[in-house]
Amino acid sequence: MKKHPVQKIFGFLALTSMLVLFFASCNSNSNSPTSGVLGDDVASQVYVGPGEYDEFYGFMSGGFSGQISVYGLPSGRMLKVIPVFSQDAEKGYGYNEETKPMLNTSHGFIPWDDSHHPELSQTNGETDGRWIFINGNNTPRVARIDLSTFETAEIIEIPNSGGNHSSPFTTENTEYVVAGTRFGVPYPQADVAINSYAENFKGMLSFIKVDPNSGEMEIAFQVLLPAFDYDLAHSGKGKSHGWTFFTTYNTEEKSTLLEVNASQNDKDFIAAINWKKAEEYIAAGNYKEMPANYAHNVYDEETHMATSTMMKSVKVLTPEDCPGLVYFLPTPKSPHGVDVDDTGEYIIGNGKLSADLSVHSFTKMQEAIANESFETEIAGVPVLKFEDILAGVVEKAGLGPLHTEFDGRGNAYTSFFISSEVVKWKVGTWEVLDRAPTYYSVGHLMIPGGDSRNPQGKYLVALNKITKDRYLPTGPEMNHSAQLYDISGDKMKLLLDFPTIGEPHYAQGISADRIVPNVKKIYPIEDNKHPYRAMGEKDARVERDGNTVHVYMTTIRSHFAPDNIEGIKVGDKVYFHVTNLEQDWDVPHGFAVQGAQNAELLIMPGQTETLYWEPKSVGVYPFYCTDFCSALHQEMQGYIRVSPANSNIALKWGLGEEEDQS
Amino acid sequence: MKRIPQILMLLGTLCLLTLFVFPMWKIQLFAPQYPDGVTMYIWINKLGGDSPGTLQNVNILNHYIGMKYIEPDAIPELKYFQWIILGMVGLGVAAAFWNKRSGFLIWLILLALIGILGMYDFYLWEYDYGHNLSPKAPIKIPDASFQPPLIGTKIILNFVAKSLPHTGGYFFMLSGVLAAVAWWLKGKQKS
Ligand SMILES: [Cu+2]
Repeated sequence: MKKHPVQKIFGFLALTSMLVLFFASCNSNSNSPTSGVLGDDVASQVYVGPGEYDEFYGFMSGGFSGQISVYGLPSGRMLKVIPVFSQDAEKGYGYNEETKPMLNTSHGFIPWDDSHHPELSQTNGETDGRWIFINGNNTPRVARIDLSTFETAEIIEIPNSGGNHSSPFTTENTEYVVAGTRFGVPYPQADVAINSYAENFKGMLSFIKVDPNSGEMEIAFQVLLPAFDYDLAHSGKGKSHGWTFFTTYNTEEKSTLLEVNASQNDKDFIAAINWKKAEEYIAAGNYKEMPANYAHNVYDEETHMATSTMMKSVKVLTPEDCPGLVYFLPTPKSPHGVDVDDTGEYIIGNGKLSADLSVHSFTKMQEAIANESFETEIAGVPVLKFEDILAGVVEKAGLGPLHTEFDGRGNAYTSFFISSEVVKWKVGTWEVLDRAPTYYSVGHLMIPGGDSRNPQGKYLVALNKITKDRYLPTGPEMNHSAQLYDISGDKMKLLLDFPTIGEPHYAQGISADRIVPNVKKIYPIEDNKHPYRAMGEKDARVERDGNTVHVYMTTIRSHFAPDNIEGIKVGDKVYFHVTNLEQDWDVPHGFAVQGAQNAELLIMPGQTETLYWEPKSVGVYPFYCTDFCSALHQEMQGYIRVSPANSNIALKWGLGEEEDQS
Repeated sequence: MKRIPQILMLLGTLCLLTLFVFPMWKIQLFAPQYPDGVTMYIWINKLGGDSPGTLQNVNILNHYIGMKYIEPDAIPELKYFQWIILGMVGLGVAAAFWNKRSGFLIWLILLALIGILGMYDFYLWEYDYGHNLSPKAPIKIPDASFQPPLIGTKIILNFVAKSLPHTGGYFFMLSGVLAAVAWWLKGKQKS
């Protein structure tokens, strides 16, 4: 094929530019990621050899997948997807009878949510590796994941809320995780005209108390505020411990065309809540106990079952009745993230429609409050004066600042969505030190411990919203992209690109040694308190109660007991309660039966799980183990015989009996 | 000085009591998919492992080749061996107080006999487990030896098996050494 002259020219240009690039990278210590091969060794910085462990765990929210994905850093290898708010057929989560109650809400069973912000528990302002919390945005909820098992342990629904976005950011000893409503909603919910928004709608901020031993959550109180949109939050630390800050937008209180209508005010607010004051008001009885209806779902590790309890009331604090509880800090302009630096002094408002970052001083805020220097009051909330509390402005740092984290060395890193970059600046002098492009349009960013009092500031992960051409194309839908930067030096250095699950809105990182020693390998079988457990093959049996049939089944390499079941009839409601008798690490067994309308079971050693099955027609149906458990895995199978509804075939079950010779 | 042999004899006797505290023997299995190994301990009166599930895990492995289940209840030695040891402690204390060279020697010979018979018994059990295989075993490998090593290391299929004395076993040997030294010193004192 003859080459068109234009193609020749392009070919020549491509060749020369490659040569130029080659020599350029040989001669300079460029910041380009490709320099790894030729210049300084980027590849070895992210290379974690076979069988080696990563230095950090990274926990990424799944966004519209509703889950959390766990990555190793710096390698970017995916370790696990933890099912949280969405059913997961792979693990049977939300399909098996034990975990269905986890997804119960005041709206009934909700199989999906939009998970946004993972938040590690902290002790003395440091990530402690005990739990990770995450918010469900759509049907307002907060979940707690136990990091000894990497399983969802608890989910609590948030009443009087719509769009639980500013959540679940923790206080420095995990006294509380918070839940602020993104949408104003009628309070209490009612059939009202939407254009009566300013009059009938409210914004509720919830404080969820976390039990320091068990981790169990309880809504301690809610603060009733105007129907602004409460976007993000962070709690104070060190000197500002005792306060939690929420950003707001739509302080215009509009319900339609927010794109325009909620972008009119020059300044919106950061709502500062003095939660220690709130505790005093609660103790003094200065609250209203309001009727409510919300689910509290707890998974018990010994019964291997979740229970859902409907809670019927909540304590509500109103600023008018509680002076000193809330202050509004004017902040330009529709701020997204609110981030408190590691010293606890500076409160950064990331005004996403502004080119500047406004930084408030906690000390100045305290002085202004002491001097009662207020601009005005809105719904009983004093509004402080912008000039009084401003510590400084990071000027023209970029476009569309969203979120800031800290490295513990006096530097801050802000993501800029519109100009698609991470900008490093100096806390206190507000000067820009460095900037690095992101591919493309970074949302949140994450430094391990970067929102705690003691950041582990070695790496930064940018969580990008747009992927385009970063990987091999996979059709119109592309996974979102994350990027890892080395921030240990003066200049940020891009090390790695890796795809993620769903849309990670935010992430948390923690050095692995804070988690690894507590990770469980099995569930001790002797602790199994499941009401339908079978503690050995001697307990394996089938029981009928009317048209409900309970199969007490066990698994051990490489068979089910029983594996032949007869006497089941069309229309029966069959529960397979499968106990995995194994006590060795990483020996789960699966259970799948033909025609099941839910999913499979994936049962960990020592666990019991239950699959519901309704046989629809006469026949003999196979069941089998889905998880390749051993050399004889493919032999791990059985049959269940289904007879007509009116038949009188007796219940019969067995394992390893010789076949009928007659 | 004169009491040293007697004290050594007493100490040697008391060494046997450690068998009630530490395992006598350790058998370990290594394979790529068992990075930490599977470690079994043999005590004077029980079998155990480095986790409560170890014995079950070993039995699961063994069942592929049709090996009998290791069931501690079916091993009578685990019931009576402790009484033999207690008897030896009693005899040892008596020999120490009797404080005669011949008493020391008789005790030492008895101890050696118990040690030898114990190892022979251990070998018989291993032979039984290694050879008495179920004809219905899922995996049959002609001429393969599944008998674990009596002492030392051996490759069994995909596993490297290691069999060595453990703390209790070493104390048992120390017990014999102390008794022998006591007997020898006692002889020197006479001459
Ligand atoms: Cu299996």
